[in-house]
Amino acid sequence: MDILTTLRETFFDLDAMREALPDLLRVGLPNTLILALTSAVIGTVLGMVLAVCGLSHRRWLRWPARVFTDIFRGLPAAVTILLIGVGLSPVGLQIWGPNPYPLGILALSLIASAYIGEIFRSGIQSVDDGQLEAARALGFSRPSGMRLVVIPQGVRRVLPALVNQFIALVKESSLVYFLGLLASQRDLFRIGQDAAANTGNQSALVLAGLFYLLITVPLTHVVNAVDRRLRDGRRADGAARLEDADGDRGPVDAPLALAQEAR
Amino acid sequence: MTTSRPTTTDRPATVRGVAVSTRDVHLAFGSNPVLRGVDLDVPAATTACIIGPSGSGKSTLLRVVNRLLEPDRGDVLLDGRSVLRDSPDTLRQRVGMVFQHFNLFPHKTVRANVTLGLTRLKGLSKDAAAEQAQHHLERVGLAHKADVRPGNLSGGQQQRVAIARALAMEPEVMLFDEATSALDPELVKGVLATMADLAAEGMTMLVVTHEMGFARSVAQQVLFMDHGRVVESGEPDRVFESPETARLQRFLSQVL
Repeated sequence: MDILTTLRETFFDLDAMREALPDLLRVGLPNTLILALTSAVIGTVLGMVLAVCGLSHRRWLRWPARVFTDIFRGLPAAVTILLIGVGLSPVGLQIWGPNPYPLGILALSLIASAYIGEIFRSGIQSVDDGQLEAARALGFSRPSGMRLVVIPQGVRRVLPALVNQFIALVKESSLVYFLGLLASQRDLFRIGQDAAANTGNQSALVLAGLFYLLITVPLTHVVNAVDRRLRDGRRADGAARLEDADGDRGPVDAPLALAQEAR
Repeated sequence: MTTSRPTTTDRPATVRGVAVSTRDVHLAFGSNPVLRGVDLDVPAATTACIIGPSGSGKSTLLRVVNRLLEPDRGDVLLDGRSVLRDSPDTLRQRVGMVFQHFNLFPHKTVRANVTLGLTRLKGLSKDAAAEQAQHHLERVGLAHKADVRPGNLSGGQQQRVAIARALAMEPEVMLFDEATSALDPELVKGVLATMADLAAEGMTMLVVTHEMGFARSVAQQVLFMDHGRVVESGEPDRVFESPETARLQRFLSQVL
């Protein structure tokens, strides 16, 4: 009896949850979404730049991209966030004032871009060389061929891996608490954590966790749905599929496995 | 251009083949010489078939003609003029190419495969490009597949779309790189027929092929390549009936 009751009261105390709910909903959720969304957008754009540079034939483009990727993928997120958030804070103070968000978002974006760059790179690389050759044979320059033919196919193949990265980003956004947040700047984790610390009861943190699940679980299902549509879309696309079914199915899995291995 | 005429025997004014020549073309990949002085002359509106064992430089030669590969030495002439100083991108609009593995863009519909170059390179409006695409798809008998993706077509149909895609750019020369080698035997015929039609319409064609029957019946000229050189060339009947070199005799005894 006692253990179960104690567990229930520690983790699922409805009163404690009710108390934390307004803050989580009004402050934590928007802040977490702002952090995750902005870094996702910046990280995706930067990731594409890294991927294209990393695949360039020019050494002076390729090398910086590789080094950047190695550093930001290799460092623990906490280290990167602290180094950038604290280390650059004098600069940030002059530009943005005492708000830790810009530097936090910068750090999260840099981390995300290193992973996303590798995801894009593996996708683009998995596109058959004949595609670029065919585009060039029509009269497209190499950059146009990459932009119009190769990159769209590469990106399509790694969409699921990309969404996985967004999920990771939602979770990693909780680390900006290192940079010190005002009450109104706290994200889901920080609010849950503060409430738990104040009351000695973990229920608010559990509720914060539920909010994270509320964001990430649907995303996971979006991945699966997108993945399924991309696969089925090719087959159930009008006419009955004829003999060469092997062509585009195999490679779809390859870059995913690669991208996931890379993590 | 009118687009409603459905038959493949239709001869649009768009087919206007020009002469292609190469002069002493050399190309090495690293220390490996692939082309070692290739001369060829394909008069306007004729078809030349290039045969030879794998690794002899046939496909490489085609890619030098449209400058997907740049020769180390030598010259490529279209209509009697050297093209090596032109922009390679504009040259490639004049030279269509069809590949062994089709290389259609799988994320685009059949129609979009054909219109991509028309809208982006030739500056046609979307409607005009779609109209052109329709016309060229009709020529290869696949207008009814315009809205499906290439993955839903048979290999033979895909290759005919690839031919339509190349023809839509209104090239003056067509290069075929083993266009039927990846096809199941029963699909080869349709593609070869499309190619023969095109030859009859007056296209200049440079065809790398293992289809000796096609070489014999369609080509005006057959070139046998080995180790980066044209070892023997001439009219098909002469080349196949009385090969002069031992290497060609050996090759023909293996493939015929």
